[in-house]
Amino acid sequence: MKVLITGISGSLARGLATRLASAGHTVIGIDRRPWPDAPRGIDVFRVDVRKRPAEDVFRTHRPDAVVHMATVTYFTARRDERTRINLGGTQAVWHHCARYGVKQALFIGRHTVYGAAPDAPLYRTEDEPLLAGTTFPDLADLVAADLWAGNALWRSPDVRTAVLRMVYTLGPSRRGTLASYLGGARVPMVLGYDPLFQFMHEHDAISAIVAALEHQAHGMFNVAGPQPVPLSFLCRATGRTAVPLPGPVFPRVLGRLGFPRMPSASINHVKYPIVVDDAAFRAATGFAPEYDESKTMDAFRWA
Amino acid sequence: MLNRLVSPTVAERLERIDVPFNRLGLDPLGISRRHLGPFLSGLELLYRRYFRVTAVGIEHVPSAGRAMVVGNHSGGLPVDGGMVMASLFLDHEPPRLVHGMVEKFANNLPFLSEWFSRVGQLTGLPEHAVRMLERERVLMVFPEGARGTAKLYKDRYTLVRFGTGFVRIALQTGTPIVPFAFIGGGEALPVVYHFDLLAKVFRAPYFPVTPYGLPLPLPVPCRIHYGEAMRFEGDGTEPDDVIDGYVKQVRDRIAALTEEGRAAWEAAR
Repeated sequence: MKVLITGISGSLARGLATRLASAGHTVIGIDRRPWPDAPRGIDVFRVDVRKRPAEDVFRTHRPDAVVHMATVTYFTARRDERTRINLGGTQAVWHHCARYGVKQALFIGRHTVYGAAPDAPLYRTEDEPLLAGTTFPDLADLVAADLWAGNALWRSPDVRTAVLRMVYTLGPSRRGTLASYLGGARVPMVLGYDPLFQFMHEHDAISAIVAALEHQAHGMFNVAGPQPVPLSFLCRATGRTAVPLPGPVFPRVLGRLGFPRMPSASINHVKYPIVVDDAAFRAATGFAPEYDESKTMDAFRWA
Repeated sequence: MLNRLVSPTVAERLERIDVPFNRLGLDPLGISRRHLGPFLSGLELLYRRYFRVTAVGIEHVPSAGRAMVVGNHSGGLPVDGGMVMASLFLDHEPPRLVHGMVEKFANNLPFLSEWFSRVGQLTGLPEHAVRMLERERVLMVFPEGARGTAKLYKDRYTLVRFGTGFVRIALQTGTPIVPFAFIGGGEALPVVYHFDLLAKVFRAPYFPVTPYGLPLPLPVPCRIHYGEAMRFEGDGTEPDDVIDGYVKQVRDRIAALTEEGRAAWEAAR
């Protein structure tokens, strides 16, 4: 199978590309960023996914499957840039998929689109509404991209589409949203709140994407690993010092005093849990994580 | 440090509780063994020494599998909820952890949000109720909701309107309903007035005021009378009038248990 990965220079995407290539698949990739030491046999095209040369890659290479991973968060890009990349890029990719006969397309999304709120239930299923547009406006572009990719299920029925809402990844690469939040020695928390955090090992995240490709997953799926862990436990197990800050102080210290730079609305995501139910994905693909919560946290801590 | 606050009885019973803790002492709903110890030890003190609770008919609560304990609410603060939780943990064989259905505003409040999440007291959402019953847990329901604890002293043993969702969920999940009456809540925390301004500040449904001002419960002996488990036929999709009939049966049973409990409470004075 010939697989095109958009955003291939990202940390998780590199792992996926390597795994697919070693399993005998032909892998090509698109990214604006370079991947200098890409393994032989993996062709990386340094083009912007929204621009014409990207369409040319679809036209000339005719991939069988596409894994769309070219999305960004507030840790890596400004707001206007994020909307262009996340929503514009997703539109472009599914447009090309439909036009150039791609049989299968995966949107790699995030579980945070469900949004954190005091009255939201634990273990959200795929039919729950996506609240992040209101609870955390900086994720609105990702919510829009997620729903847009989901619309492809009826708009482009010839492209077998799956939207994977994946929990945070954690592991030796120390890349990703959760790793950025836990990046410093001291992690800001909100005093009196200790939400459950749901994460999976990078290795398992890659296995889940591979499983979705192999089983030709079709539909919207939550993808999760081991059971969730309260934030304070997560900080302790990864050797961080949790610093509980009173709610009104929290937004003011972000980006200062060695704390990570995050939008002030992120406070909801460190006060209330976002925990998803991944039963549908496990049933559809047979996926099961190899790393439990302790091993995953250790892998991040001791990398 | 918190571990020093755990009583030997609580420590021993925690070992036998029906919660699947992992190596970190956490279950999939975020319940933490490290938090349950001191929390239940605090409840034990209130249950044995402060309120000196007598539990009658506790054997009606199944020793394994899903169950819903349903009772009357009274007394400004959910003292009744805490004592039912203590009774099923301390006096039931084997010990069982009860999950309450917490008012939504509590999750907005610091510390309360954190502690309730760690001891299995989740926001009262139907999704949570179904999930916990499917995990074979014991759910505690006060169908009067905040209308129940809001009762003033003079109304302490009248039952206000019952919500009906609990019966639909019991039918949908095939769960037996164990009715109970809690006696003494209204006397322990005699509410004479609602301070609406403070309620607004805390975004709470009401703020109770007692004759002595503070909403702190008095050391009044309390009783819990559990009744025989009730099972109804259906799958939860029945029309309202059918459900209302089942709700009325539960309500009547609780009213009868309340009468029985009050007589015993008066006799013991």
